[in-house]
Amino acid sequence: MNSDPIDTCTFEIRPSAPGTATIFLHGDMVIDTAHDLIKKIRPEIRQHRFKNVLIDIAGVNRLDDYGVMVLSEIQNMTGVSENKFEIAGMRPDHQRIFDITDFDRSTLCPITHPPPPNIVVQAGEAAINALKGIVYFIAFIGAIAISVARVMKHPRSLRYGDIVMHMKTTGVDAVPIVGLISLMLGLIIAFVSSMQLKVYGANLYVANLVAVAMVQELGPIMTAIVVAGRSGSAYAAEISTMKISEEVDALYVMGFDPNLFLVLPRLIAAVLVVPVLTMFSNLFAIAGGAIIGAAMLDVAMDTYINQSISAIKLFELMWGLFKSSIFAALIALTGCLRGFQAKGGAASVGNATTSAVVTAIFLIILFDSMFAVIRIYWG
Amino acid sequence: MPQNECLRVENLVVRYNDDLILDDISFSVDRGEIFIIMGGSGSGKTTLLRHMIGLETPASGHVYIRNTDIFNTDEQTFMNLLKKIGVLFQGSALIGSMTVGENVALPIIEHHQMDSRLIPVIVRMKLSMVGLACFEQHLPSEISGGMKKRAGLARAMALNPDILFLDEPSAGLDPSTAAGIDEMILHINQTTGTTIVIVTHDLDSIFTVSKRAILLDMKTKKIIAQGDPRILKNSHDNPEVRNFFMRKSVSSVLK
Repeated sequence: MNSDPIDTCTFEIRPSAPGTATIFLHGDMVIDTAHDLIKKIRPEIRQHRFKNVLIDIAGVNRLDDYGVMVLSEIQNMTGVSENKFEIAGMRPDHQRIFDITDFDRSTLCPITHPPPPNIVVQAGEAAINALKGIVYFIAFIGAIAISVARVMKHPRSLRYGDIVMHMKTTGVDAVPIVGLISLMLGLIIAFVSSMQLKVYGANLYVANLVAVAMVQELGPIMTAIVVAGRSGSAYAAEISTMKISEEVDALYVMGFDPNLFLVLPRLIAAVLVVPVLTMFSNLFAIAGGAIIGAAMLDVAMDTYINQSISAIKLFELMWGLFKSSIFAALIALTGCLRGFQAKGGAASVGNATTSAVVTAIFLIILFDSMFAVIRIYWG
Repeated sequence: MPQNECLRVENLVVRYNDDLILDDISFSVDRGEIFIIMGGSGSGKTTLLRHMIGLETPASGHVYIRNTDIFNTDEQTFMNLLKKIGVLFQGSALIGSMTVGENVALPIIEHHQMDSRLIPVIVRMKLSMVGLACFEQHLPSEISGGMKKRAGLARAMALNPDILFLDEPSAGLDPSTAAGIDEMILHINQTTGTTIVIVTHDLDSIFTVSKRAILLDMKTKKIIAQGDPRILKNSHDNPEVRNFFMRKSVSSVLK
């Protein structure tokens, strides 16, 4: 290829006998002329019905693989079979292009796309994959249990520095956002409920409503969802990147248990700090309620706080914190699990991250409803 | 610029912060030749290549591709120039979420008006050129390192560029696969007349494919030798140059 100006490619169709024709091509048949040539030659060829075609490329000055593609397209358009289609006037440099592009094979061996599987096969595949996912999850929990047992036996094998680091990124760094969201949540609950309670002159009970709702349900759930979005995704992204760049395999062959090295520090850190975050969430929400109480309902701060304290039972507070530590374990486990399941390239990191957050939030809601059912029978 | 010159680097100086990476690099590449940039690890070979294709801007100096100064031109001209060059990156840089065939088709669909029916045909031809016919449906993660290099080469050649830049095309490959890549490079150069610029430290491919090369020096950051590698190997008066070709370690110079 050189940068001399490119000539256009012209053609001429000369019928020699009925059903037989010679197509003469002149000029440069290259990338820049291929599109035009096909557009112009198509209607001309469609007019005729050929049985034999001879293509003369002696007049073609420059030829590249796009030119070869035009020739194979001309053959397609004429509809004549391989042996009735001949190319004449081929120079050695033309021949080299034909050889390098495998002209004959690319026309002989058709390009096939596998047909999409039918709906039964798709449903079956989905079911098998779902089952595999559940089996993998159970096996993963088992592997974590074994790692925990190993840590019990050799406490020094646990990476305490990593736990502290993850406690900071998962817990301390999340305090501002959890605090802000909870404060606003407290404001909203207090504001909306005051509209209803005002009717009965029960303004003071806004404090009960905010405190009970946050401590029992909303505090653990809100905190867990924020942590799933912040940290669950980070766990999945980090571990899946390590997985696809063979770092996990490197840890394994160096004699480390990847679960012990990667999962346990995150799991322990999350289980320790998420209940603390939930406490912060409760406090900020009550503060938000108190702001509404003082600003709009004429409830004094100290009255509001006393009313809130009397509304919260210690058992309910502990139950909420227990739930949030279970949620924390779910977030850490799904984040790490999805990370380990990644394979392939950059796209799988994105999939692992998305899937980790979605699975974690689903499991949080599922477990919360299970806890609600348990409480009904427990009394 | 002389008639048959298609790429020229003039007094290129590269600094990262205060570190000098490349100092006063000047050379030119003729149309249709295979030109090699040699140098040890850390001598700035890949950095030089990244400047030649405009991915990075130098502290001073010029790079001319087909008479256009790529650092002093408007966006549109530069974009048009990019269609005329193809680059094979060191790690192949195939898009992981697309099949091999889709990777090769990507630049063709974007930059070339073509019947969508014909795209698979041209993709097949490009893959045949690098010996990967019938691998269209494979994902990059499903093929070997050598095949990824070849698929990357097919993608770099998709628009029949005037100049191909290859960053370590044979690094990390076994000797026979590497030799196969060298053969393919020669073959492509001979059949299509494409100018090829290769960054490498693989001595076998240097001697196989090239008649002209430059050697970058790690200490002075300049070009310490240029010319036919076969002649440089035997008769260059700088012992460091001869050592590079004889695979002697730097410390043996001191003895």
